[in-house]
Amino acid sequence: MNFVVIMKQLFDGMSASVMIFALTLLFSMPLGLVVAFGRMSKWAPLGFLAKEDGKNGFLRLTIATFRPIQFIVKIIIAILRGTPLMLQLLVVFYGPFYLFGVQLPRSYRLIAVLLGFSINYAAYFAEIYRAGIESIPVGQYEAAFVLGYNKSQTFRKIILPQMVKRILPPVTNEVITLVKDTSLAFVLAYAEMFTVAKQIAAAKTSIMPLFVAGVFYFIFNFVVAFVMERIEKALSYYR
Amino acid sequence: MKVLEINHCNKKFGDNEVLKDISLSVSEGQVVSIIGPSGSGKSTLLRCATLLETMDGGDLVYMGEYAAKADAEGKAVYGDKEALKGIKQHFGLVFQNFNLFPHYSVIRNITEPPILIGKRPKEAVYAEARELLKKMGLADKENAYPHQLSGGQQQRVSIARALAMKPKILFFDEPTSALDPELTGEILKVIKDLAAEHMTMVIVTHEMAFARDVSNHVIFMDGGVIVEEGDPMEIINRPQQERTKAFLSRFRQ
Repeated sequence: MNFVVIMKQLFDGMSASVMIFALTLLFSMPLGLVVAFGRMSKWAPLGFLAKEDGKNGFLRLTIATFRPIQFIVKIIIAILRGTPLMLQLLVVFYGPFYLFGVQLPRSYRLIAVLLGFSINYAAYFAEIYRAGIESIPVGQYEAAFVLGYNKSQTFRKIILPQMVKRILPPVTNEVITLVKDTSLAFVLAYAEMFTVAKQIAAAKTSIMPLFVAGVFYFIFNFVVAFVMERIEKALSYYR
Repeated sequence: MKVLEINHCNKKFGDNEVLKDISLSVSEGQVVSIIGPSGSGKSTLLRCATLLETMDGGDLVYMGEYAAKADAEGKAVYGDKEALKGIKQHFGLVFQNFNLFPHYSVIRNITEPPILIGKRPKEAVYAEARELLKKMGLADKENAYPHQLSGGQQQRVSIARALAMKPKILFFDEPTSALDPELTGEILKVIKDLAAEHMTMVIVTHEMAFARDVSNHVIFMDGGVIVEEGDPMEIINRPQQERTKAFLSRFRQ
């Protein structure tokens, strides 16, 4: 294995890492919005049980204010944030076989990586979106309401654009973490940057491939931070 | 023609009765001021009239169309979504804190609602918006963003935004309470100009001299009821009720 071959393998690993990164963002960012809506759902199907005079006992009040969608989404978010991403990746990959005896093709490896990452990051993005949406002053909703905007128009035209601006700093944090987290695909032996670098390092008994990997992640994040800063600047025309 | 009619409006927040059997009617071209101490229910009344709050009991009628109609027990029954959408076209509201859309330029704040909601042609809406800005003395600010404007300028934009929807009646919820005395003057002048053009308006305000000078009818509210109402000169210069006298005593010195 000469230098050129090693660099070629590392380069393939880089492309795989970039692909995991890009596809995870592509899937998790919209999915996060869906999860955020679930988390903010106020649907209480048993609300009719509440007495109109407001004199409800503890049990009646608990049942009447039970919000099933919000409750389920809360539990899902708690699990996704409360357990290691590495463990979640293993469950997504091996779960179908160990739990249901389903044999999946080789190509499932990449699908499992993307599923695991997208679902996990969607949970984090959902909470960031929720914080952004809930930070918009109620006066914005009231102004839109009186002018005749319906709920969907109010969200798309008034709330969403302002939310995007407010959540950029925490989203940047998540995106930078994701760059480094792509290395967790290692546990599923998916050939991304870190997996490749470690294999070559072991074969060649050299630290250099790991060093190259480190430089790669650093430069990647440098670019990410730069791009996010440009986006923040582009949105700084209003306060 | 009655532009607005509220009959026997009741509103409770939990056990707290905020509005007790309030009735009020506003004819075309009339300017009504509502005065009273904080917590008297005047802002809640305005929020009920603009559908931001729902009344528990009573009627709410715009131009003869019912937004809410009392049933046999007096409970307010609201119209469906479509009906309320139509009714919202009749009124506009100017908020204490302006509530302009910060991510839109001044001109877009004014033009988007008529184009998007009113489905009016773009060119005509823009021409009218520029006309309104000129009237507000903000002709050179159409491309500015709200944060670049003073409070008085922001409030004038928000008045223009409400007027661009061509409402039959315009509500003001303490339009000058967030402004310093100098900027307050700007806004009061704009409202006076509108009154001179016979715009129908309901104004909740703490500016007594203004209420006296601009309105045809003054309502004094306290504790969720209308204590006294009538001719502005009479109410503000010679109130009959003890409660009104006490409230106005500081002003009348």
